[in-house]
Amino acid sequence: MKILMLGWELPPHNSGGLGVACINLSKALAKAGADIDFVVPYEAEHGINHMRVLAATRIDPLFRYGGSAYESKRIQEKLFKIFTEEEMMSIRDIQRCYCEFVERYLMEFKPDFVHAHDWLTYEAGVLAKKNFGIPLVAHVHATEYDRSGMNGGNPVVHEIERAGLVAADRIIAVSNITKNIIVEKYGIPADKIDVAYNGLDMSYIDEDYDYDGSNYRYLEGLRKKGWTVVSTVGRFTLQKGLTHMIRAAARAVSKHPKMLFLFAGDGEQKDELLQLSADLGIANNVLFTGFIRGKQVRDVYAASDIFVMSSVSEPFGLTALEAAHHGNALVITKQSGVGEVLRNIMRYDFWDEDKLANALVGIAESTALRESLSDGVAHEYRNISWDDIAKKCMQVYDEARKHKRNVF
Amino acid sequence: MHMHQPYRVKHYSVFAAGKDHDYWHEPDWYARNNNQRVLEKVADKSYRPMLATLEKCLNMYPEFKFSLSVTGVLLEQISDWAPDVLETLKRVVATGRVEIVAETYYHSLAFFYDRDEFEAQVRMHQDKIREMFGVECRVFRNTELSYNNDLAKWAQDFGFKGILAEGWDKILEWRSPNFVYRPEGCDNIRLLLKNYRLSDDIAFRFSDKKWKEWPLTVDKYIQWLETDTLRGGLLNLFMDFETFGEHQWEDTGVFEFFEHLMFRWDRDQENRFLTVSEACDSEEPKSEISMPWTVTWADTERDLSAWLGNSMQHEAMRAVYGVKDGVLASGDLGLINDWRRLQTSDHVYYMCTKYFNDGDVHAYFSAYDSPYDAFMYYMNVMRDVQFRIG
Repeated sequence: MKILMLGWELPPHNSGGLGVACINLSKALAKAGADIDFVVPYEAEHGINHMRVLAATRIDPLFRYGGSAYESKRIQEKLFKIFTEEEMMSIRDIQRCYCEFVERYLMEFKPDFVHAHDWLTYEAGVLAKKNFGIPLVAHVHATEYDRSGMNGGNPVVHEIERAGLVAADRIIAVSNITKNIIVEKYGIPADKIDVAYNGLDMSYIDEDYDYDGSNYRYLEGLRKKGWTVVSTVGRFTLQKGLTHMIRAAARAVSKHPKMLFLFAGDGEQKDELLQLSADLGIANNVLFTGFIRGKQVRDVYAASDIFVMSSVSEPFGLTALEAAHHGNALVITKQSGVGEVLRNIMRYDFWDEDKLANALVGIAESTALRESLSDGVAHEYRNISWDDIAKKCMQVYDEARKHKRNVF
Repeated sequence: MHMHQPYRVKHYSVFAAGKDHDYWHEPDWYARNNNQRVLEKVADKSYRPMLATLEKCLNMYPEFKFSLSVTGVLLEQISDWAPDVLETLKRVVATGRVEIVAETYYHSLAFFYDRDEFEAQVRMHQDKIREMFGVECRVFRNTELSYNNDLAKWAQDFGFKGILAEGWDKILEWRSPNFVYRPEGCDNIRLLLKNYRLSDDIAFRFSDKKWKEWPLTVDKYIQWLETDTLRGGLLNLFMDFETFGEHQWEDTGVFEFFEHLMFRWDRDQENRFLTVSEACDSEEPKSEISMPWTVTWADTERDLSAWLGNSMQHEAMRAVYGVKDGVLASGDLGLINDWRRLQTSDHVYYMCTKYFNDGDVHAYFSAYDSPYDAFMYYMNVMRDVQFRIG
C-alpha cells in the first residue's frame, strides 16, 4: 500500500506535537506494511529510514511557518533583522510551493491514498483528490478554533480547513473533543469522522534516560526543602490557557507558599505571562525555561511533582503522557482530548481557576493524593499503543476506498 | 431491607475553609452531590412505590412480615425532604410486623476506629428509632454488613439478641447459611447469615439480560427458594431497599415480581415470614461460626477494600478520627454533628480507585467526577473542621 503523507514538520525540526505524532504514526504504519512518502515544506536531514522524506521547497526548516507566531518576540526580531518583510516568504507562499511540488509528484507517482496532516497541507490534499482522483484522508491534529483559543481565528485558515474536510473521503480526529468541533464548527457529518488517539512513542519509554538533576539544581534544592514543583510544557499561545494557570497559581500560592511553577516553552505570550506573574506578586514562584527539547523537556518532567495542561482547547495533548511516564500527578482541563483516555487524573474547566488552585493545594499537601494519581496514571498511559492507532488508520483507509466520493 | 443515603460533601473549596461552615448544601441543583435532589429522586423512584407495595402486602397477607434497617442520616433527610415517606414508614412499623434493625446512626465505620464513638452512634440510632417509631431494636447490623468476632462479642455485651453477617462461602465452606448460628465465643447472641445467592439474584441480576436465567420469573424463583430449603429452612434475603426502583428500575417489573412473590409465598401453608428477631428464636444454633477477620457484603472480595483500600481513604479516616477529642471538647453541637456526618462510609467509598483501574467504570458509582475530586473536597472540609476546633 502506497501512501502519500502530507505533513509540515518532523523531528528534530518540529516545534510541537504535530511532528512527534507524524513520526510515530508513520513508523507504526510502515511496520504494518505501508510504503510511505512523506512531504515536508523544507529541506533538512531527518535521519529517518522507515519512509522517504521529500522536501517540497529548498527553504530552511526555521522558516516553514513564515517565521511568526511560533517563536517569541526576541526570535522574531532576530529574523526580521536578517530579512526584510518582503524578502521573507509568507506561509501562503510556502503553501503554494508545497502544492506545486505535490502536483509534480503526482504526475510521476500514483499513491493509493493521500493522508494530509492539518490545514497547512489540506490544499495539496484537495488538489490530489480533485485533479488526480486519489482518496483523501484528512487527519485533524488541531483546528483553527483550537489555535485561536476558541475565538474563531483566521477566516482564511478556517476556509482552507473547511474545504479540506468537505473534500476528504474520511477524517481522522485525535479525540472526541476535536471530532465535535469538526461537526459543530465545520458542519461535517459525524459519521465521516473516526477518532484515533495519539500514543506515547515506545522508544520514549525504552530510551536510556538518566535524570541527573544537573539542569535544575535550584529546583532540586527547593524540593528537598519540601517545595512542590508544578510544570507545564508547550507553546505560550492563547490556546494553552496559561493566563488562567498563572492566576490559579497565585491563588494556590496564597494557601501553600512552597510551590514553584515551571513554565517550559516559548511563544508570543511569554512577556504577558511574566508581567502577569509579577502583577500578582508571585514572580518568585514562577520560572521560565525558554524553548527546550529532548532531554531538557524530560528534565522538566523529572524535576516536577505535578504537570498541568491548562489548554482552552487541546485536541490531544501528548505532553501529558510524557509527564505521566515521569511519574507526575496530572491536572488537565476538561477541554483536553488526552483526558478521554486517562482516568487517574484531576480535571477542571479551563476557566475554573478555583478548581485548579484547589487541585494544586490538595496534591501539594497530601502525599496520598499525589501518589494515588501518579501510580494510577502510570498503569494507564502504557496501554495506548501506536500499533493500535496504525491499525485504526488502516481501517480508515479501507473506508476511504469504499466510500470514495467523486462528486464536486 | 436496608435504607440509607449519606450527606454528600458539596464542592467545597480550600479557600472556603475558615469561612464557610456549611458542607452539605451543593448549590448546583443538578450536581450528583446535591443531597436534596438525590433524596427526592430516590424517594420517587424507590421509597414511595416500594413502601406502597409493602404496605399493600401487609394489608393483604396477615402473616407478611419484614425487617428494615434505616440509618439516622436517612431519617433526617426524609423528615426534611420527603415527610410523606416518613409517615408511611411510621404506619408500616405501627402494624407490629415490621422490625427495625439497629446500626450506627451515621452509617459509619467507627467500629474499626473508635469503639466509644461507635457505641455512641449506636445509642443515637436507638434513641432516634424509639423517638420516631416507639420501638426497640433487638438485632444489630453494622455498616455494609461488616462483621467479625469482636463485633459479635461487642453486640452480645451490649445486649443485642442477634447480629447479621454475610453468608460467605470462604467462611461457611460446606455449611449452609440457612440456619441460625452462634458467633465464636458467644453464648447469648445469634448469628443470621445472608443467603447471598438468592438475595443477589434479585438485587443484582434481576434485570441483567446477559444472565442466563434472565428473565427471572416468580415461578422459577419460588422453585429456587424451595430447593434451597433442602439445606436449611431459614432463607435470609438481605438487600438494599433501593434495589426496588433504583437499582432495578420500575420498568423491569421488579415491583410486580415482589408482590407476586409474596403472594405465592403466603399461599403455601408450609411457608412463613419471619422478622430477624423471630428468626433468631426460630431454632437452636446449628453450630459456632468464626470470622476472625472482617467480612462484608461488598464486591467479590467481601471485604472493606472499597472503603479502606487505598492511601487516600486511610488518610481521610485518620483525619476525621484524629480530631475527635477536639471536636467533642468544643461542645459545639453543630460541629459535632458535622464531624459525625463526615464519618459516613460513603465519603471514603467515593475515593475508591479499584474499579477505576479494573476499567470497570460501571461498577463505580460516585457523586463526584473522580475519586481524587472526592478526596480533595473531603480534605478541604477537614481543614474547616480543624479551623473550628481552633
